[in-house]
Amino acid sequence: MCLAIPGRVVGLNPEQPLLARVEVGGVQRNVNVGLLEDGVADGDWILIHVGFALSKIDEAQAEDQLRMLRGMGEDELAIEEIRGYSFADVNGEHDEIRR
Amino acid sequence: MKYVDEFRDPAVISGVAREIAREVDPARHYRIMEVCGGHTHSIYRHGLRDVLPENIELVHGPGCPVCVLPTGRVDDGLGIASRNHTILTCFGDMMRVPGTRGTPLELKARGADIRMVYSPLDALKLAQQNPDKHVCFFAIGFETTAPSTALTILRAQALGVKNFSVFCNHVTIVPAMRAILDSPDMRIDGFVGPGHVSTITGCRPYEFVASDYGKPVVVSGFEPLDIMEGILMILRQLHAGEAKVENQYKRIVPWEGNAPALRAMATVFELRPYFEWRGLGFISQSALSIKPALAQFDAEALFEIPGVRVTDPRGAQCGEVLKGVLKPPQCKLFGTECNPEHPIGALMVSSEGACAAYYRYAVHAETVTT
Repeated sequence: MCLAIPGRVVGLNPEQPLLARVEVGGVQRNVNVGLLEDGVADGDWILIHVGFALSKIDEAQAEDQLRMLRGMGEDELAIEEIRGYSFADVNGEHDEIRR
Repeated sequence: MKYVDEFRDPAVISGVAREIAREVDPARHYRIMEVCGGHTHSIYRHGLRDVLPENIELVHGPGCPVCVLPTGRVDDGLGIASRNHTILTCFGDMMRVPGTRGTPLELKARGADIRMVYSPLDALKLAQQNPDKHVCFFAIGFETTAPSTALTILRAQALGVKNFSVFCNHVTIVPAMRAILDSPDMRIDGFVGPGHVSTITGCRPYEFVASDYGKPVVVSGFEPLDIMEGILMILRQLHAGEAKVENQYKRIVPWEGNAPALRAMATVFELRPYFEWRGLGFISQSALSIKPALAQFDAEALFEIPGVRVTDPRGAQCGEVLKGVLKPPQCKLFGTECNPEHPIGALMVSSEGACAAYYRYAVHAETVTT
């Protein structure tokens, strides 16, 4: 529930300033960056929770956080959560909403 | 020390464990509450009990969102799903939480349109895709999650979505800590403070614990080393006769918190006069509701919500466990009628629930000192 998942920003779309494409464990999805004071840039690391970036972190912190999730046995769950985000289009395709 | 291999650095952990052993006063009994369910999970998963001196008692706190939601609110939320042309959405953790008439998963199997989402924004998208239906999001969580719900509501407003609402059950951690401190049957010496909640709130809100109650708070991360360091920092404060808020989790938690997130919460939510917590009862100003200006997105304003109080299932002692008065194995149903496959109480559902953590990592034999 309180998972905070580290991800790297891999793409921004000027037409959708509230979204950033992130990669987590090889899975790419869009997340909302409306909770970050100064937005994000390509290559930034962020902590993600329920579809929103909670904070910007550095790479070492991201590794820390990933190791923590692994230690808690929640790394698979984290990737499943990222894969589950379906609110924004990726590569112009609509993600499936699960029934 | 069966999980010691999984520690980041067993030598470092052993070092901190030795320092803790040196620090403790053998004549004293310490009760330290880890506020977060995430901490509880980590403590049992990594077998930290086994590396701590016996006179340090860890008391599990209320920081598990599905655990503190009373059955009456679960029923109220599930009632929304029984309306015509309505889709109820909730996080995965909620899907297995028992209401009086079953869990969301069971109700779904009986035909209710209940869907799991990973983000409130997924629920909003579902509303846009189903203009002939109403989509309600069953929102739960502490300050970690509340800002996301707030931004989703503002997004719905900006997009002019008319068929979306939120059944708001967001709670705030500080009033719960105050209730525990005020409770006559609870004696807590110090708190391992919340990790991810504090990324939003910062550390300042805990200052009353130190100033008004004279107890240390150390905001800590979730790795074994973080929690051990947090405990050591609490012991050092206690022995120095100090009480202050310290931040062990500086690498993630800024002292001031997340300003845009706090602004979003202030824009969308207001404090409820009171809210019922499982185990802790009614706590004043401990939960958030949607402001009247955004009532069109508030399920409680749109629909009639019965608001019935429901006691815990017969025999289940979730409340006592949540308050830290009982340890999970002391509950009559623990491990027998109530287990992770068939949870009777919410604490057996989520990995952050104390009962599920105990059960999964099989520490039935812990010395009980209450």
